[in-house]
Amino acid sequence: MYKVKVYVTLRESVLDPQGGAVKSALHAMDYQEVTDVRIGKYMELQLESTEKLEERVKEMCEKLLANTVIEDYRFEVEEVVPS
Amino acid sequence: MKFAVIVFPGSNCDADMYHAIKDGLGEEVEYVFHTETSLDGFDAVLLPGGFSHGDYLRSGAIARFAPIMPAVIQAAEAGKPVLGVCNGFQVLLEAGLLPGAMKRNIDLKFVCRTVELVVENNKTMFSSGYEQGQTIRIPVAHGEGNYECDDETLANLRANKQIVFRYNEHVNGSKGDIAGITNERGNVLGMMPHPERATETLLGNDQGLAVFTSILRNWRESHVTAS
Repeated sequence: MYKVKVYVTLRESVLDPQGGAVKSALHAMDYQEVTDVRIGKYMELQLESTEKLEERVKEMCEKLLANTVIEDYRFEVEEVVPS
Repeated sequence: MKFAVIVFPGSNCDADMYHAIKDGLGEEVEYVFHTETSLDGFDAVLLPGGFSHGDYLRSGAIARFAPIMPAVIQAAEAGKPVLGVCNGFQVLLEAGLLPGAMKRNIDLKFVCRTVELVVENNKTMFSSGYEQGQTIRIPVAHGEGNYECDDETLANLRANKQIVFRYNEHVNGSKGDIAGITNERGNVLGMMPHPERATETLLGNDQGLAVFTSILRNWRESHVTAS
């Protein structure tokens, strides 16, 4: 078994309205040192062992999990050892 | 002329769309469930507003893979009129039938009111019933209508006159205040405002009806020959 952690974020060039609102809130709370906030999505997929696992996860990301017109994605694969 | 209204789980403007065609336009219309795979016999396809598949993940992202979607894409490729309103617009973007993507509204608020639109191009099969540059009032109701595309795409949209409707005010942060665009060929229109909610004076506004009368007139001109 594998666990895949997928991170989806708006591209750097794309203005993030949610991140902007959270940054304003942090500034209002006097955390002036915060210069930028970006909000994204985090997904965990449980996968059975399969051939071309990375290639297939990349496909899942590009077809469904991220909208590559405005979003970037990255993922980490962890082998889950049954206890 | 026979219209299909595609119904996804979570569509909530499907009945408004059906009513606009049946009672506003006076043409044939049928609901087509998302699990169907054919649109044979239909002359136009309408994707209504709502929250297809709960908008989980992203608006329109899951609906894009519904069993009916290959038939919608086929209809678009065959040159039939395909109109997506609100969530329907989001589905068309996710399906790649129109360029760009939608983000949360710039101020993060759900906007639900009647707004002013400018008819940027009245030479399309969806807008020929309006005057060029005409200002119309159409309701909007959306939280993710902030249209985003790169500068090259925006330049192409402008050069090809694919921008059909533009907000006359800052409604949601959309690039170029874009409210509705077509594909290059001009037979697929996506728009965030709801023309189907503005088709009768009895309910206070019939300025959306011309979208549907335009489709019908265009279709008649190319399909009905005088005998």
